Amino acid sequence: MGRVKEPILWALFSGGGMVAALVLPALVFLLWIAAPLGWVTLPSYGELVELVRHPISRLSIFALASLSFYHWAHRFRYTLYDGLQLYHLNELIAVLTYGSATLLTLAAGFLLVAVV
Amino acid sequence: MVRAVNPDYTPHHPKWYRRRIPIFWWIRKRAYVKFIARELTSPFVAYAAALLLMQVWALARGGAAYARFLAWLQLGPVLIWHGALLIILLFHTVTWLNLAPKAIVLHVRGRRIPDAAVVAGHYAAWLAVSTFLVWLLVRGW
Repeated sequence: MGRVKEPILWALFSGGGMVAALVLPALVFLLWIAAPLGWVTLPSYGELVELVRHPISRLSIFALASLSFYHWAHRFRYTLYDGLQLYHLNELIAVLTYGSATLLTLAAGFLLVAVV
Repeated sequence: MVRAVNPDYTPHHPKWYRRRIPIFWWIRKRAYVKFIARELTSPFVAYAAALLLMQVWALARGGAAYARFLAWLQLGPVLIWHGALLIILLFHTVTWLNLAPKAIVLHVRGRRIPDAAVVAGHYAAWLAVSTFLVWLLVRGW
């Protein structure tokens, strides 16, 4: 990775880490633990569709998802370098991690613009 | 063994000496284990983001698809896995917010804001965001 790109990638990693830290625990607890167990009642199907279609929701979900993917890409890249001592696979790992994050971001954009 | 005429000659390229580091170098010290554990939260962050998109997709495909998604969320193993996911993401949140003052150095009128205040501000933001999500998503207990 070039020296120009590194600060951008770090900013994406850092922004993603912060958004994930602030948003994900409540989201995971409410959507995937409390609601399935019946501890809380979520909005109905129709209300949720309406909520998700709101421009602010689309933008927020897109930002949360793409930043989280780039957060994963950047951190996991260094986990592989430092943890598994794979410095010699630098290029390949960078292409796979940032490439996956980019593909997932494109998929998220398509979903939130064209499908929902 | 045939001895080379010139004892300094070597057919190999010279290599710098590098100490070999075992793959599990981090397992011996608690601090290193914690470092790797912190690093390994990132795939779970990506999973949560992907699952949120799957839920949005299920919503978009209609009531029946959404009902199937909700039924999947209620399966025992899925619930246990998501319980583990919550613990891992809480670990991410706590370690991330505690490290914030290392990355963010704020000055007000030439004075540096103490680390504890930066951490407290981040925890307040976490509380605010979580409260907002409860307000947004919870319709009843």
